[in-house]
Order: sequence, then C-alpha cells, then structure tokens
Amino acid sequence: MSFNVSTAPHIRTKESTSSIMRNVLIALLPCLIAGIIFFGFLSLFVVAVCVVSCVVFELLFELAMKRPVTIKDCSAAVTGMLLGLTMPVTAPWWMCVIGSAVAILLVKQAFGGIGDNFLNPALTARAVLLASWPGRMSGGAFVTPNLLGKYASLPAIDALSKATPLAGGQYSILDLFIGNIPGTIGEVCKIAILLGFAYLLITRVISWGVPVIIVITTGVFGWLFGLMKGGETLNPLYHMLSGGILFGAVFMATDYSTCPMTALGQIIFAFGIGLLTAVIRVFAGYPEGVTYAILFMNIVTPLLDKYIKPRIYGEPEKEKKGGEKVA
Amino acid sequence: MSKAGKVFTNGLLNENPTFRLVLGTCPTIAITTQAMNGIGMGLAATFVLIGSNIVISLLRKFIPDKVRIPAFIVIICMFVTAVQMLMQAFVPSLYASLGIFIPLIVVNCIILARAEAFASKNGVFYSALDGLGMGLGFTVAITIIGAIRELVGNGTIFGAQLFGEGFEPMLIAALAPGGFIVFGLVLGFVNFITRKAGSHEHDEEEKEEEAA
Repeated sequence: MSFNVSTAPHIRTKESTSSIMRNVLIALLPCLIAGIIFFGFLSLFVVAVCVVSCVVFELLFELAMKRPVTIKDCSAAVTGMLLGLTMPVTAPWWMCVIGSAVAILLVKQAFGGIGDNFLNPALTARAVLLASWPGRMSGGAFVTPNLLGKYASLPAIDALSKATPLAGGQYSILDLFIGNIPGTIGEVCKIAILLGFAYLLITRVISWGVPVIIVITTGVFGWLFGLMKGGETLNPLYHMLSGGILFGAVFMATDYSTCPMTALGQIIFAFGIGLLTAVIRVFAGYPEGVTYAILFMNIVTPLLDKYIKPRIYGEPEKEKKGGEKVA
Repeated sequence: MSKAGKVFTNGLLNENPTFRLVLGTCPTIAITTQAMNGIGMGLAATFVLIGSNIVISLLRKFIPDKVRIPAFIVIICMFVTAVQMLMQAFVPSLYASLGIFIPLIVVNCIILARAEAFASKNGVFYSALDGLGMGLGFTVAITIIGAIRELVGNGTIFGAQLFGEGFEPMLIAALAPGGFIVFGLVLGFVNFITRKAGSHEHDEEEKEEEAA
C-alpha cells in the first residue's frame, strides 16, 4: 500500500463555475417552457436573441481586450436567459440586443468580468431598458396570456394588453399561481419558478434563506402598507404571487457576486429588498419595484460586507464596554 | 513647443479639466443633454476663466494670502454676473435651458482651481492663455458628451434630426443616469487613447528636454 503525503485540502468538490451556471440554466428551463405555453413561441425567440447576443458580446469583448474567453462557463448565457425572461413577449429584437450589450459590456465586463460586477447584469439591463423605452417595457407591453396561442406575429397589441395584477387588474389566486396573467415571459408562472427553486436547493446552488425572507417581507409589508394607506388593499398572498417578486427573489437576488457573504448580511439584504419592494409597490408611481429594490440592495452589499465581519477563529473577542478594541 | 503653446495645449489635452482633472463634473453631467448646451456652457465658462485669470494675475501681488479665496470668488462673481446678463439679453433660449448652472459658474471648481494653481503665480499673458486653453478644453469635452447624449437620447445632433421615423431614442441617455454612464464611458475611452499614445508622446518630451 502506498501513502501519498500531501497538504490539505484532501477532498475537493466537483463544483465549478460552469457546473453552477449549467444548474441555473436548467432551473430556468421550467420558466421558459411556461413562457412558451402562455405566450407562444415568440417568447422563445425573445429569450434566444438575448442569450445569443449576450454570449456574442462577451466573446467579442474578451477577444478585443485580449482577456481569457469565458463563454464556456455559461455565465453569459445565464445572464441572457435571465434578461430574456424578464422581458415582455412583445419586446422587439433590437431591444433585446441593446439590453444584452448593457448587461455584458457595461455592467459585467467594464467592471472586470465575472465576479467583479457590483450590480446584477441582467437586472441592470432591464432597468436601463425600462428607463429608455417605458412604453415597451411596462403597461401596454404586457399581453394577456393566450394558452398556446400563437403570437407568431404580433397582432394589434392594444387590443390584447391588460393591466398587470399590481396595476389594478383583478385575478384569482389560482390564476396568479398558474400564471394565467399578463407579465414578463418568466415571471408569470409561479409553479415553474418554484420548480426551479427546488432544483437549485437540491443541487445546493443557492440556500433558501434569501428568497424566502424576500417573499415573506414583501407580502407582509405590502399588506401592512396597504392598510396604512387605506382604501383597497391586496392581501399578503396576492402580493407574494403577483409581479416579479418570486422570480427576482429566486434567480436575481441570489446572484453570488452581488449579495452579502455573511448570514446576517444576507438577512438584512433580503429584508431590505422585501421592504423596498413593498414601499415602491404601495407608495411609488411604479406598479412594480422588485427591479429597483434588488439593484438598490446590490449597491448596499459592499457596505454590509464591510461592517458585518465574522470573528476569525482564535481572535480575541472585542471589548464591549467602550474600551479600546483589542486587535 | 514654446511655453505659450504648452500653456495653451495644457488645458486641451494634458490637463483637460473634464477628462484629466475631473473638475466641474456637476455642470458636465447636468447640462449635457444637448450638444448646444455644451457649447453655450463651455463658452460662458471660458469667458469667465479668461477674465478672472487676467484680473487675478494682475492683482496677485496685492491679494493677501489669507483672504485669497474670498477675493478670487468676488472677482469670478463679477464676470459670471456679466455673462449671465449678456446671455439673458442675447441668447434667452440658451439662458433658459442652462438655468441655475450659469450663476453656479461662480463655484465651478475649474475656475477656482486655475485661479489658485495658475493665475496667482503667473503673468497676465500666460494666465489669459491658460484660461483660454482650459475653457476650450472644457467646451470641447462637454460638447462631445452633449452630442453623444443628444444623439442617443433624442436622435438629433445640434437639433437636426439624423434618423428616420422608425428610430426610437434611448431615453436614458438624456436622463441623469445616462449622464453618468456616457461621462464614464467617454472618460475611459479618452484614457484608453491617451495611454496608447502615451509612450510616443513621452519620447518626444524626452527629446525636447535633451535638446534644451
């Protein structure tokens, strides 16, 4: 028998960036399939344009800057998929391409590539598109689902468009849950999102804390703020199931490089997203605020990481009563 | 290059107030929604810069060191007030679109910085030249940013329509976030170019020093 002498670590995980990203892609598939079922094959086209242009932008930029090409790790494909799923099915192709350019070139690569972005690329791209073409990204852009309806070519959109649940439409909880509501391609079907969530939990890509806290906080505070404001209020369940909160909580807020590293930091991060979403939904001019809430907490993340540091094992505890800190 | 030439081009390239010193970012981001605004703001600031540099240079031996900043501000105020009244009288539409940023030239850090760093130490001629160079550097920089933001955010350049009916402008470029994004990108691009040209320029400077 031979004994190998080597230093730790002795047991290595097979996990890598590309395996994690592949798992995220798999987890997003149910949402894509649901989107195709509800909005027709045009939604597949929108998502495909986003994915392809994200990968192409990443490849071109890295070749131009003579950096190692990282398209094989699938992170650009995940960004494209996330972006496509947060677009309305009526989004024109050029908007998808511009969104991908913003996500990959401006947010991801300009700050140093994977892991160095301080904002979620897909979500920032969505915010940019929302600010640039509000008419195409909100309100009338969201068409009512037409079960297996063929939006192969877009008919008169105005006739189909309907208010999203948060903008005052009335939908049953069941419709909200199944996804028979107007919305972006990926956010409508809650069953599909929960399937993806379960897959990510089983493969240990994400932990349950952040998404669950976000969704519960949004529901509770959305309902409470509604009571405070008076008038017609939506119950907590309605808040949790409408809009993009579930999709954002599971797929966007859990992005590794833009959420805090410590448990306490993550709790504050998730609570902040839920609270801000509720505030924007109830008090602000926009019907939906998940995008801005997550981006805002992305920006707070470095601060949370700076001030919440775990004690290093073996380091003496800091004196609590005003005395000098023991280094 | 003669000293006069160096003083003049210093503001245009080496110490461009917007792209190198990153001064005066407040008007840079706020008013550059149109190329025309950039030219108007830039020329107004240039006028004030030349005037204040000349006067401060003339008075540099009389202004006590301890109260020099208030003294500079009073001199700058004088020129800003003149510019403000002139613009109100002759270009009222530009005056309206620049709004509060005309009186705010008083506290524009480019002007105060040049008064402090150059005019209070140099003669009248070079101070005037420095003001001209810095002012033109500022004008060119914010006109470029303004042109990009106007083109992307409105589809026009100096008010002229460039694209057909089908073009849908990217509104964000004309909004505040677009100001930051475009400013950052142009700044990065200028740095990229000057870094590439840097080694070449450096050689020339060394040769000149050797010759001197």
